[in-house]
Amino acid sequence: MSTSFHPDKKGFYGPFGGAYIPEMLIPNIESLKKKYLKILNSDTFRKSFKTLLEDYAGRPTPLYYATRLSEHYGCNIWLKREDLAHTGSHKINNTIGQILLAREMGKKRIIAETGAGQHGVATATVCALMGLKCVVYMGETDIERQAPNVARMKMLGAEVKTAISGSRTLKDATNEALRDWIANPLNTYYLIGSVVGPHPYPDLVARLQSVISGEIQWQLRNKTGKAEPDYVVACVGGGSNAAGSFYHYLSTPEVKLIGAEASGQGLTSGKTAASIALGETGVIHGSMTYLMQTDDGQITEPYSISAGLDYPGIGPLHAWLNQTGRARYLSVTDQEALDAALLITRKEGIIPALESAHALAALDQLELKSEQNVVVTISGRGDKDMKAYMEKLKLL
Amino acid sequence: MKKLISLFKQKRNLLSVYFTAGFPELNSTVPILKALEEGGADFVEIGMPYSDPLADGPVIQNSSSRALTNGMSLKVLFEQLKDIKQQVSIPLILMGYLNPVLKFGFNAFIERCKETGISGLIIPDLPYETYIEKYEPVFARNKISNIFLITPQTPKQRILNLDQASTSFLYMVSSAAVTGTRQGLSKRQIKYFKRINSMKLSTPRMVGFGISNHETFKEVCQYAHGAIVGSAFIKHLENYGHDQEAIINFVKNLKTGEQTDI
Ligand SMILES: Cc1ncc(COP(=O)(O)O)c(C=O)c1O
Repeated sequence: MSTSFHPDKKGFYGPFGGAYIPEMLIPNIESLKKKYLKILNSDTFRKSFKTLLEDYAGRPTPLYYATRLSEHYGCNIWLKREDLAHTGSHKINNTIGQILLAREMGKKRIIAETGAGQHGVATATVCALMGLKCVVYMGETDIERQAPNVARMKMLGAEVKTAISGSRTLKDATNEALRDWIANPLNTYYLIGSVVGPHPYPDLVARLQSVISGEIQWQLRNKTGKAEPDYVVACVGGGSNAAGSFYHYLSTPEVKLIGAEASGQGLTSGKTAASIALGETGVIHGSMTYLMQTDDGQITEPYSISAGLDYPGIGPLHAWLNQTGRARYLSVTDQEALDAALLITRKEGIIPALESAHALAALDQLELKSEQNVVVTISGRGDKDMKAYMEKLKLL
Repeated sequence: MKKLISLFKQKRNLLSVYFTAGFPELNSTVPILKALEEGGADFVEIGMPYSDPLADGPVIQNSSSRALTNGMSLKVLFEQLKDIKQQVSIPLILMGYLNPVLKFGFNAFIERCKETGISGLIIPDLPYETYIEKYEPVFARNKISNIFLITPQTPKQRILNLDQASTSFLYMVSSAAVTGTRQGLSKRQIKYFKRINSMKLSTPRMVGFGISNHETFKEVCQYAHGAIVGSAFIKHLENYGHDQEAIINFVKNLKTGEQTDI
């Protein structure tokens, strides 16, 4: 029997996933579990989703042949331009899908967590579009380093609530969102931003983001005559742009799948977010997966220059892809990501998000051959990271 | 577990108090337990602090992070409770989240609980389904009771299943909320308590979350076997530290409504 990369009925990918949640969340999760596939597969949903992705979000995003980057690496580099999607990252694919789902389920109030602010902005955007109330939880630390996105959310009409517990970053914002959902079980929909959390969220978000690999297939076939590249490379925070980039290739073993996770100042520096390289199995935000923890099972505070990769866990699908060897996960430091960001900017005139720069930097760790086709997902654009770029690249 | 079951058989209007181990000070665990017993608590829930307590409000979150900073861990806690059987006779329950328990080793953890004389466990993020599938035998073998939560949103059939699987009492979460202190009871809460009462469940219920004074305690006892006080006691510890007399008075006041000056 071939390995399945889809969750079983209880939401497990091998030993990973599931729904380790307090009783207070069970009714909401059960109702989502019962409805999500039915709604996602309905004609009405498919039609609205497709129309909004095309006319509102600007899909399909281009698959761009990066000539000068290809010369540099001595192979064919194709950039999947999620940075050109509305709101500036792949996050909009997921929020459009989930807002339609929430509407179908009759929910009136939307809550979300955000790290870099990209998911918060994408959520606030679709809430404005649908006229729904929006509350976004964001860690205090992230609010400081992502001020422009905070302003965008506010302009879009969202209420941004500061998470002041724990390390005051993404994991704490997620805790706060879950607490809000516990306190508001009836009217509220939790619009999670990555392939994390209790089942069915990892599967739901992966399906919605799979539009990325769906497009890569036909775009690459049109351009090269072959739908399968040699490599697909994407960065991994919670893992949604990577899950979406890998999705249609999961059962095509000749396509090598590469995830780039943030090792911050280095794997052994103690300032890292490399959940797969360092993580051990445990439960975080309702899911059994790899996470960064102490010897006593306390979740540790992650670090990365990139706020979107600053999460101590990883979606359970990726834990499974790693364990089965279907995908390989490479660690990229802050400095390597900064170097890669400058390289693509100077070679292609594309300023990537710091998260996406990690995917580009992973190319240095691959043995690439001249005939090979390598797809790199540029998950977002760099506007939100200009402050970090200015400081680190000494642009002022 | 036997201790806990016979307590429910013998007494009504039970008061259980929650506190976080290692708060306000690393070594305040045992002195607090003794004072709670002396004050008249019928049983105690000892919180195992966790970095990400997602069912808890700010008061317990804060006590947990302070306890962790103080150096609390499961190893330290079991060491502190080594001789607790000789020191305290009311039933003890541990309450905490799944990840530190998994890291300790689930079976090893349950066995340590048994050695220590722990009667039951409340692990909010260990769902009923997983318990039945994986862990029921190890709880049964070690005579530790797993305590389930029910909430105003829990469907009827699920409540019946939880009642069936329950070996001591059901923890009735008073409203849709995380832990924290609240004022009085609403009509809607009373309706919910009555609805559960009318189900004629086989296991007794304790009401928890938001119970903070004698009046609410007394009122809740009309509809359940007793009540659990958590955040209000943590606030007391924040204000007065783990002074024995003050704790004894706090518990007495909760149970009887009599105010003693401290
Ligand atoms: C541009 C961008 N890329 C990647 C990520 C990481 O998330 P994920 O791993 O779910 O794609 C984020 C998260 O905020 C992001 O903003």
